[in-house]
Amino acid sequence: MSKPSSTATAKAPAPRKTGFLYNQRYAPYVFTLPFVLTFLIFFTYPVISTIQMSFQEVLPGATKYIGFKNYENLFNKHYYRAIYNSLIYTALTLVVLIPLPLLFAVMLNSNKLPFKNFFRSTFFIPALVSIVVAGTIFRLMLGQSEGAIVNQIIGLFGFEPQKWLADARLGMIALVLMATWRWLGVNIIYFLSGLQSIPHDIYESASIDGATTWQRFMKITVPLLKPVTIYVLTISIFGGLSMFIESFMLWSGNRSPKDMGLTMVGYIYQQGFEQNNMGLGSAIGLSLLGFTLVLNLIQLKVFGLFKKED
Amino acid sequence: MKEKVKITPSSMLMLLLFIAVTVLMLTPFYAIIVASFKPAKLAISSGLGYKIDWEIFTFENYKSLFNESADKYFMWFKNSIVITVLATVLSLFLSAFVGYGLAMYDFKLKNVIFVAILLVMMVPMEIIMLPLYKLMISFKMINTVWGVIIPFAVAPLPTFFFRQYASGLPKDFMDAGRIDGCTEYGMFFRIFIPLMVPAFGAMVILIALSNWNNFLWPLLILRTNDMLTIPIGLSTLLTPYGNNYQMLIAGSVMAILPILLLFVFFQRYFISGLTVGGVKG
Repeated sequence: MSKPSSTATAKAPAPRKTGFLYNQRYAPYVFTLPFVLTFLIFFTYPVISTIQMSFQEVLPGATKYIGFKNYENLFNKHYYRAIYNSLIYTALTLVVLIPLPLLFAVMLNSNKLPFKNFFRSTFFIPALVSIVVAGTIFRLMLGQSEGAIVNQIIGLFGFEPQKWLADARLGMIALVLMATWRWLGVNIIYFLSGLQSIPHDIYESASIDGATTWQRFMKITVPLLKPVTIYVLTISIFGGLSMFIESFMLWSGNRSPKDMGLTMVGYIYQQGFEQNNMGLGSAIGLSLLGFTLVLNLIQLKVFGLFKKED
Repeated sequence: MKEKVKITPSSMLMLLLFIAVTVLMLTPFYAIIVASFKPAKLAISSGLGYKIDWEIFTFENYKSLFNESADKYFMWFKNSIVITVLATVLSLFLSAFVGYGLAMYDFKLKNVIFVAILLVMMVPMEIIMLPLYKLMISFKMINTVWGVIIPFAVAPLPTFFFRQYASGLPKDFMDAGRIDGCTEYGMFFRIFIPLMVPAFGAMVILIALSNWNNFLWPLLILRTNDMLTIPIGLSTLLTPYGNNYQMLIAGSVMAILPILLLFVFFQRYFISGLTVGGVKG
């Protein structure tokens, strides 16, 4: 690490200029002021406010405390559906969007694949598209007629045309499909950057010792990619649990039949903005925060981040 | 750095796999482009197909976008550009400013601020969007550009990134600057901003892209049609009762195009921004 800023300069011989702009003690506080203000006004205040609202019935001019009523009201079928959808979506995106990009990254990093840069770039392109445009395209590709492209593709394998957005399971598949399309290339780039930092000699000496490709992958690649994997897992858990716009686009706002696309954030939006029930909305939000933190703590514990600092 | 590619039988298998996935990745683009040359109602009623049908081939969607809908669409386009440019410039400057302060000085509250930045990262914006929205009402920032930009102008990730970058710069320059009578802030502007140009380069595209595509917060803040950005505007067109599907289909294609062009020319920056920010080697 670099040395702390030298205190020697305090005794510099030259006639020292004085005044606010020259003051080294105030400077760090001025530099960090934009963050501190943002933190207090746009983070701390809303967090406290949402905690407070979760114990209130928020009505214009007639806001009153109602104890844990909002939390009690959480126990309803819409909320269960929202949790279920968010958790399943998160789990499925993890199952797809960790191993698949890792595998592709390993292949992209090997010296046996031609046109690497082309593939890397092409896989990344979907990440450039706004979720609104992506949602529009996917919704239309998942149309229920047999002429819609996804039905045409599954038709090649002998499946009947499906009503993708009218069935809860197929709807979930549609969401995961869209997530895979958008994030595969991004996660590949994360893993690729991790792979490129693994020295080549390790693989060479392992090969000399007779390790197979699979052994090298499991014993060298996977363990050495742990920091990257933890990073990708963390952002995927955050992204998965706070998914909303994807379902907002596939089902025109918050109106999916039988709540099949309702997520935790969708439920906050529905209660807070559409039903104007900010109290319940806050309670949903805080419970989501709880889920997010618990899941991430488990994840970090399992992967032993607390045990050692790299 | 380029290694030589060794072609083996497994190369061909991998190549086939990658070509197949590439086709899948490009299918949505292909589908929307094909659909944009068909009557728009068809795309809505029967979905996007892969067949190009020359009998119903038409430029109607684009004609409509550039004639009847042109005023509206280019207003959204302009709004998107204004918000993206302002938000990106402000965000880059403030993140660099704060990051530099954290890297270059030792002060009492440094660790407290670190923890605060981590806290902001750990609480998704969606959780506090209700109170934040109420706050914007009391600040009278609803339906304004600043209402979209200000709350998220100092973002944690770029701040961390700039802090990391600035830590690697020689602090001797500060001593030299002080002896020459430079103010603490003058040093930031005149000595260190030029030194941090590569860092700005790595961050600019990532920040601009996320602003350009930003959806949920602007959806809450922007209320009237003349203030909407492209994503918000397009999303208002995708309703079962819509009457301007031409604009939706052609507008979607036109929304992708500029970013795609930028990507073709500045690929390196898109990808490097992603990796420097998140993962340390």
